[in-house]
Amino acid sequence: MAEDKVKILYFSWIRERVGLNDELVSMPDGVKTVAQLLVWLQGRNEQFAAAFEFPEIIRVALDQEHADHAQDLGKPSEIALFPPMTGG
Amino acid sequence: MATKPIVRVQCDDFDQAAEIRDLVASNHDIGAIATFIGLCRSEGESLSALELEHYPGMAESQMENCASAACERWPIDKMLVIHRYGVIQPGEQIVLVVAASRHRDAAFDGARYVMDFLKTDAPFWKKEHRSDGAAGQWVDARDSDETAKERWK
Repeated sequence: MAEDKVKILYFSWIRERVGLNDELVSMPDGVKTVAQLLVWLQGRNEQFAAAFEFPEIIRVALDQEHADHAQDLGKPSEIALFPPMTGG
Repeated sequence: MATKPIVRVQCDDFDQAAEIRDLVASNHDIGAIATFIGLCRSEGESLSALELEHYPGMAESQMENCASAACERWPIDKMLVIHRYGVIQPGEQIVLVVAASRHRDAAFDGARYVMDFLKTDAPFWKKEHRSDGAAGQWVDARDSDETAKERWK
């Protein structure tokens, strides 16, 4: 069902490694937390395995708010995955 | 009520003199302005540019969070934060923070606080363009940027 899909955005070298700017994804059963999402993404294919090889360094935003890996995903409309920030 | 900061994310360069003039024009009780400007470095001429990527929407909201927190913590009358994106050459400006207050302490502290938090919280990433044409790397985050925030605890 389309309304169950969530938009996932990738930035910086994560975007380059997975080869996508963003995509619509149906969240699999059992993926309830940020940490579980990262494990699932890592197992999708070789490109995702390369992007998420070190999940502990990945930053995650749920509906544009920073989230901890232990946090429940809830029902966001947008999830962003990116490396530590280097602005300024 | 705390001052509401002005936050902009833009591709174009900025003119700090014009920005400061506009920011403080309506308030004649401002006695101190602290300005921070971040520039693109060449790293000993090894880089021809930095390419800045950002997360539109969240970049603005995180900059606003950092700037609003400063305005709540110190008596700041005007606050402006501008961050550029796109391809920026060595010597060009990347970021501007202007904090204006009656007295200097709030202006100095407010500007520094905004930069310390913007570095680790605002979703921007820098990719190097190398002068020798080799593939550029993404800039690594520095641990010192995380520890810089500790001074405000």
